[in-house]
Amino acid sequence: MYQCQTVIGLTDAAKDPPLSDCVWPADALNTIPDWVYTSRSLYDQEMEKIFRGDTWNFVALEAEVPKVGDYRRSYVGATPVVVARAEDGSVAVFENRCAHRGAEFCRNSHGHAKEFVCPYHQWSYDLKGNLQGVPFKRGVNKQGGMPRDFKNSEHGARQLRVATRNGVVFASYSDSVEPLEEYLTPEIVKEFDTTFTGKKLKVLGYYRNELPCNWKMYHENLKDPYHATLLHSFLVVFGLLVAGNKSTMFADAKHGRHGIMGSAKSEDKYASVSEENKKEMRSFHDGLRLRDERFLDFVREFDSPWSVTMMTIWPNLIVQREMNTLGVRHIVPNGPDSLIMEWTMFGYEDDTPEMERHRLRQGNLMGPAGFLGLEDNEAMKFVQEGVRRSSTGVNHILLDPGTVGTADTLISEAAIRAMYRYYRQVMGLRVQGEAA
Amino acid sequence: MTNAYANRPATVDAARAAQLRADIVTFHAEYCAVLDRGDLEQWPLFFTEDALYRITGRDNAERGLPVGLVYCEGRAMMHDRAVAIARTQMFAPRYAMHLLGQVRVEAEGPAGIVAQTPFLLIQTLVEGPSTLHLAACYHDRFVREGQQLLLAERHVVHDTNILANDLAYPA
Repeated sequence: MYQCQTVIGLTDAAKDPPLSDCVWPADALNTIPDWVYTSRSLYDQEMEKIFRGDTWNFVALEAEVPKVGDYRRSYVGATPVVVARAEDGSVAVFENRCAHRGAEFCRNSHGHAKEFVCPYHQWSYDLKGNLQGVPFKRGVNKQGGMPRDFKNSEHGARQLRVATRNGVVFASYSDSVEPLEEYLTPEIVKEFDTTFTGKKLKVLGYYRNELPCNWKMYHENLKDPYHATLLHSFLVVFGLLVAGNKSTMFADAKHGRHGIMGSAKSEDKYASVSEENKKEMRSFHDGLRLRDERFLDFVREFDSPWSVTMMTIWPNLIVQREMNTLGVRHIVPNGPDSLIMEWTMFGYEDDTPEMERHRLRQGNLMGPAGFLGLEDNEAMKFVQEGVRRSSTGVNHILLDPGTVGTADTLISEAAIRAMYRYYRQVMGLRVQGEAA
Repeated sequence: MTNAYANRPATVDAARAAQLRADIVTFHAEYCAVLDRGDLEQWPLFFTEDALYRITGRDNAERGLPVGLVYCEGRAMMHDRAVAIARTQMFAPRYAMHLLGQVRVEAEGPAGIVAQTPFLLIQTLVEGPSTLHLAACYHDRFVREGQQLLLAERHVVHDTNILANDLAYPA
């Protein structure tokens, strides 16, 4: 069911405070108050300060708009935008809103056009969102029409700044955000370039789902390596990722807003688990084996110590490099209690047919029906329900005490701590006991 | 637009189509009964050894994009999925109910019987409403092993554009 179909479970009024009441508990690094996920006024402020603030937002892959006139609908935060390949070969991003009466004029998810025409009064826009034509601008029989001083150039669709790197398109509302590479920080750029080498991508298809949870929870989940070996019983049962594997939980050193969760698969198909670790993992079953092991094959195609990485790029992008199944996940926030996830799965143009099929088979791990994806979606839904409806109001992130940012162990919440430290600063949120 | 899933004009005469339809309706009834009662480990038995099973959005299918929410090559992969879901996966308890539309028999030839059947999947969660989870169509190719019909190919192509959270069971 969709979030809007909820029968039982209005958000408790205490969980929907106005901004002025959003004061973080004094032990700020080790706590997350529930209203972070449930306050409508805080959500509105996030749209302004984060998604329309000094950030680069993922909007598309260049492979989706290869030719002049190709376009796709997309989002920056919750705001609908159009991503189009303009006449000069550049990628343009502009709001999907007619400057006249506000109609969302571009209706197809993907397509090809010479211009965009709003169906309501046929105002037309070029591929960069500049207003081209206004019907009856001078009226009929010298009557009516637009004012003499109306200038098309002042009434285009709202245009965003655009940056691309190796086939990935980002957009920003900010004039002051740093250049993309600087925004990402060096280690993130390095991991980014491992997947996006500049080699042409081939889009394999899309998934789209609603997750009935707050958008930040998705970031947290991928900055929470603790859950991976516990929730994901599939990984555990089949010994694919276990607490003893070589792994990393990296948070960018500058802000702590981006992250990389990575692990290295052992050479054996099925990892061995020590007796001591087995006791901690309720879901571990010895002896379960796949009938078709092709699914677990790992073709070593990347220059990286990690066979699996999940990279979180603030504020709206996840880059998935799960062995050989590759994808980007685009977070579209949809109110405090919901997000829409747009998944674009891809390979490379030079993949052999067998490699492409291997990527498709391995795709069973991820997505709304994936062995891992399914469980994440369920868990986050449970958390959102819990924080909306309970009488208590604080989450505790105590693992790996004292560490903020990159962690040396999977049994850590240090990367979440760093993300919220950054978040408090960007949002201008006060901590109890500290001066305003 | 290239549309691999466009229904082609039927090439089976009406009398033969009626016979085949009866067999396929029986097949569907058993298939859906297994899924709707949650007897997942029986599900792969409706397929041939090397069958293809895929669930994908209509936008992918119409644009010739190969990805699947579920993408199983062969009964062994389906078995692995069934075991994983039945024994290892964590998700909230739910009921599934398939409501099938008319079976359309398109063609019969050496490669088997080509047919399409639209369906609605209704999902019910604990304390949740019964909701329309998928509006979809089976695009099938059946073959016979002895007297038994088996699926050599099933593409579940869903119109539903934004899935509600997830899809736990095969459709």
